Amino acid sequence: MRDVYVIGAGMTPFGELWNKSIREIFVDAAMLAIEDAGVDHIDSLYVGSMSPGLFVGQEHLGPVVADFLGVTPVPATRVESACASGGVSFRQAFLEVASGVSEIVLAGGVEKMTDGADVTEALATAADQEYEVYHGVTFPGLYAMIARAHMHQFGTTRQQLAEVAVKNHRNGMKNPNAQFRSEITNEQVVKSTMVADPLRLLDCSPVSDGGAGVILASADVAKKMKSRAVKVIASTQASDTIALHDRTDLTTLGAVVRAAEKAYAMAGKKPSDVNLAEVHDCFTIAEIVISEDLGFFEKGKGGEAVEKGLTARECGKIPINSSGGLKSKGHPVGATGIAQIIELYEQLTGRGGERQVKKANIGLAQNMGGSGASCVIHILEAI
Amino acid sequence: MISPRYAREIPQRYQLVAARCTSCGTIGFPPRRVCKHCRGRQFEPTKLDSDGKILTFTIIRVGADRFSKQTPYAVAVIELNDGTRLTAQVTDCELESLEIGQKVRLVFRKIQEDGKAGILCYGYKAICV
Repeated sequence: MRDVYVIGAGMTPFGELWNKSIREIFVDAAMLAIEDAGVDHIDSLYVGSMSPGLFVGQEHLGPVVADFLGVTPVPATRVESACASGGVSFRQAFLEVASGVSEIVLAGGVEKMTDGADVTEALATAADQEYEVYHGVTFPGLYAMIARAHMHQFGTTRQQLAEVAVKNHRNGMKNPNAQFRSEITNEQVVKSTMVADPLRLLDCSPVSDGGAGVILASADVAKKMKSRAVKVIASTQASDTIALHDRTDLTTLGAVVRAAEKAYAMAGKKPSDVNLAEVHDCFTIAEIVISEDLGFFEKGKGGEAVEKGLTARECGKIPINSSGGLKSKGHPVGATGIAQIIELYEQLTGRGGERQVKKANIGLAQNMGGSGASCVIHILEAI
Repeated sequence: MISPRYAREIPQRYQLVAARCTSCGTIGFPPRRVCKHCRGRQFEPTKLDSDGKILTFTIIRVGADRFSKQTPYAVAVIELNDGTRLTAQVTDCELESLEIGQKVRLVFRKIQEDGKAGILCYGYKAICV
């Protein structure tokens, strides 16, 4: 397998982009990535998108975006793995360059969620339609059940959950592309509207529009280009049961554990080597569980860790979600996995601006679909 | 949602019929084509124990449109006495008094009304015992 580098990145602001269509959002992000890399062509593209069919009635998104990006006839493929679509899009591009089939590949992601669809129902299609959703389960509901089990088993507190949202909003304030650039307090979180007990509105990532793109290239191309490059040192993926109820342990995300084990082995690194992580905080409890399952903290100690500031950007043991995470930056589901890579790319190339993490050499991105039925992990290293 | 999906005969949904692997005895619910434990391909039907307990639960305050008339309602991951796990609503109870470990029994109920025609869809819900 050949070495693969990220040589450019670009994204739209995340938020309610009322006056832009899905293709415009994608093309805006992709053009920024192409210009950032300074390449004059791409060999192929992937677009991660969870459900353009349900959100805006458009399937066959690959050629739609290739056409409007002006890159036909290059191969253009939509990749779907629910909220992990972006991460899987990146992985497909990685594999294509690593295999030697292509030299320069665009990995993008996009979602347009505010065009009027029943978002709760559309998102719920990532769960088991016949045995979970049929009974009225929603996504906040699934994560609420994980939260309650975690609180029951480990004593994780309501305040600890809220600290995840408080921290991520504090980080997002310094991200010009974030949907919510405002500080929130622990009290505001625990008093916000109940969505699915014990999760409240401010425990939940928002409904967002947005697009993101990165350019992956071989070592030969990376050397020739003047843009800054970071090396992809691990790309792994794992699956788990589609239904939450079929997991042996309701407080562990098995796909995260498996993908992480493989990622550390592939990179030749251990959790303590990672300088910063972008993780899939679709709900506050998710960040706590993931921080344990990635090996940053002992099982059951994730809540305590965020409360003690161990995941804070400024002085944390392992800064998590310096971008603001899904909670503050926004969560246009198909774009999220790519936006995580962009945050690592900017941090590892010293372009983190006001939110720059000190000594950022190795970054990990963890992107997840459904209630954890799919997980994709990438580790990037500065060169 | 379209009704033909629910017009099929679905013994697991209406009668709690699962499939027991004839090689290793693992119960698959819903029935599977391949045993998740031993990858066996031969099964015999078995009726699930309708009693069990709540492993975790939530109270849905904001539902999808087709459940919006039912909110708030409780949903739980339930482990039946035979070890089978499933997701179901918990009904006929004080929502605020639910707890992990609560003993429940599955009963036959209306679950939702499908689409604009409002076709009634049935299945199992749990009640406290």
